[in-house]
Amino acid sequence: MTVETKLALTAEDVRSFSEAQGEPTWFAELRERALAEVENLDMVKPDKTNIEKWDFFNFPAHTVESDTYASLAELPEAVKQIVDVEGQQNVYIQRNNTPAFLQVTEELAAQGVIMTDIFTALKEHGELVQKFFMTEAVTVDEHKLTALHAALMNGGVFIYVPKDVEVAAPLQSVFYVDNADASLFNHVLIVADTNSKVTYVENYFSGVASNNTQANIVTEVIARDGAKITFGAVDTLDAGFTTYVNRRGETLRDAEIDWALGLMNNGDTIAESITHLRGDGSVADTKTVVVGSGKQNQNFTTEVRNWGKASLGNILTHAVVKDSARAIFNGIGKIEHGATKADAQQESRVLMLSKDARGDANPILLIEEDDVTAGHAASVGRVDEMQLYYLMSRGISRTDAERLIIHGFLEPVVSQLPIEGVKKQLIEVIEGKVK
Amino acid sequence: MSTLEIKDLHVSIEDKEILKGVNLTLNTNEVHAIMGPNGTGKSTLASAIMGHPKYEVTSGEILLDGENVLEMEVDERAQAGLFLAMQYPSEIAGVTNADFLRSAINARREEGDEISIMKFIKQLDKTMDFLEMPEEMGQRYLNEGFSGGEKKRNEILQLMMIKPKFAVLDEIDSGLDIDALKIVSKGINEMRGEGFGCLMITHYQRLLNYITPDHVHVMMQGKVVKSGGSELAQRLEAEGYDWIKEELGIKDTNAVVEEA
Ligand SMILES: Nc1ncnc2c1ncn2[C@@H]1O[C@H](COP(=O)(O)OP(=O)(O)OP(=O)(O)O)[C@@H](O)[C@H]1O
Ligand SMILES: [Mg+2]
Repeated sequence: MTVETKLALTAEDVRSFSEAQGEPTWFAELRERALAEVENLDMVKPDKTNIEKWDFFNFPAHTVESDTYASLAELPEAVKQIVDVEGQQNVYIQRNNTPAFLQVTEELAAQGVIMTDIFTALKEHGELVQKFFMTEAVTVDEHKLTALHAALMNGGVFIYVPKDVEVAAPLQSVFYVDNADASLFNHVLIVADTNSKVTYVENYFSGVASNNTQANIVTEVIARDGAKITFGAVDTLDAGFTTYVNRRGETLRDAEIDWALGLMNNGDTIAESITHLRGDGSVADTKTVVVGSGKQNQNFTTEVRNWGKASLGNILTHAVVKDSARAIFNGIGKIEHGATKADAQQESRVLMLSKDARGDANPILLIEEDDVTAGHAASVGRVDEMQLYYLMSRGISRTDAERLIIHGFLEPVVSQLPIEGVKKQLIEVIEGKVK
Repeated sequence: MSTLEIKDLHVSIEDKEILKGVNLTLNTNEVHAIMGPNGTGKSTLASAIMGHPKYEVTSGEILLDGENVLEMEVDERAQAGLFLAMQYPSEIAGVTNADFLRSAINARREEGDEISIMKFIKQLDKTMDFLEMPEEMGQRYLNEGFSGGEKKRNEILQLMMIKPKFAVLDEIDSGLDIDALKIVSKGINEMRGEGFGCLMITHYQRLLNYITPDHVHVMMQGKVVKSGGSELAQRLEAEGYDWIKEELGIKDTNAVVEEA
């Protein structure tokens, strides 16, 4: 039995949604074309996970209207934990599909930095958005879900950092869900122009149990020549979401993207984090931590593709799988022909906490050039008995020792997150999941 | 006063008998040294006392103030007052030395009565200062990337923070430079006193120059074959083990080592 891909929305629905948002014509047309393609395109193919019976197409509502917040003080307590209400300078809060709060400092605006919700960006910075929206990083016609995403996009944020601008404080987005019917076809587009520098942190955060809905997220992160982007994310969507989350990076000459991803959704999730090192001397570092629990079924593909000479790709994935959860970790290092002196390294470690849990690390190196270095290490195992013994010999109980070891194991991403509240939140999420 | 008694202890690893009837009694306020050739079961004894999962006690007893230690889990043994400075301490990535130590201290306290962060930091700073450890060691991950000597010093830091009744120190002097040996000895001597007993496993007299033992024991072939005072260690240093082997008619001290 295959789940039907019959679409909940017609071309007419999509057109009137676009009109209601006041979108430019080119975007309305892009949606229309994308919608038409959904049917003919192939489905996404996450290696080693059979998604035939997964439903990526049905949701209770395409968009829900939500109230906005007049100030950060109005945020629900749980969200206040991750946003530094006093200290955070530049922050975008999206409530379900509604841009609910935006704070951008004068300094940031004076530097020419753009940070705004995706609909405003389409209206006010149409040319910039048009240049980068699903043109360079992710394209509409990759598969059914990218096309569906483009057709139904109902939220997101756009960030542009001009040439030579260095943004000192981190920019933050919180995508908060408090309507059980809400779906997320969320698009994040970050462009760091030549020699600029920016740090961005996002949370997908559920405050409600969702009714069998979709999160179809596409994130495009583009670092142009010499630019550096530090990207942090903590995803904690409710089990009611089936999630497809695609985070894609592009680095041009001497550019760098450092990813720190805490992928902690509670529902079935396909997560794809791929960076294309297009430019010579460019760098990508992708650190991911995962805890799979309950009956979750998840697939994580992390890939760095070296196109540029002397480009450096590094992948580190640390995952814990417990209960009867399943998780596949595909790590791919691909060095293209001509990418001399490129380096592709990856490490995937999976800890299994119960005998019913299933986790697989699947490291792949594809190398089409001679003069390169590459390496991979992968392991699936249990908590080390000698480490437990050592900690217990200091009086720490087995449970607490195991907890300490797991927190330590997931520390590579925790320590990398540049916003204190988000760091704390990830620690708490881990604590809650491994308890 | 507390007493740790080891009675006719037999221990096997992977069905091979390593300890073949060890008898030893330690009291608080005493320092004992155990010496003996490589592979004779010294670390096995230490591991059996702490409850290492791979070592199986096949017969005999270990009693702490009359309580059966062998029935306790590893953490219960630690809580009861035992400590083992390991010959090869584990490395634990992502867990800072300070967080680990705080967990170890709080494990000994009731929930709701955890040590205050301020008090803990003061105590940690003071002890690290005493052991001449750089402050950043507290924020480093537990033993990760520590040099051999740094690991040993870190074991003594834990000893001094946790303050057990009985400590077994397995080759705490190995890999230490001369200055570090003095500092580690200073730490152990600081612990010495009424509420503390110690069993030091060592190969060399030089540690015992700094920490004069009350009793010295020699282990061979899985047994304590000779006991004496600190003069015994001096004679071993000067003459080696041959005279004991002769005295006891032992031919092959490595009999427990599987020949390839
Ligand atoms: N897993 C194992 N399988 C078989 N034999 C083992 C195993 N582990 C330890 N042994 C053996 O047990 C014996 C005692 O080892 P132990 O570590 O107690 O010696 P030791 O006296 O501490 O030596 P050293 O002075 O070298 O530290 C050795 O012969 C060792 O090879
Ligand atoms: Mg030994």
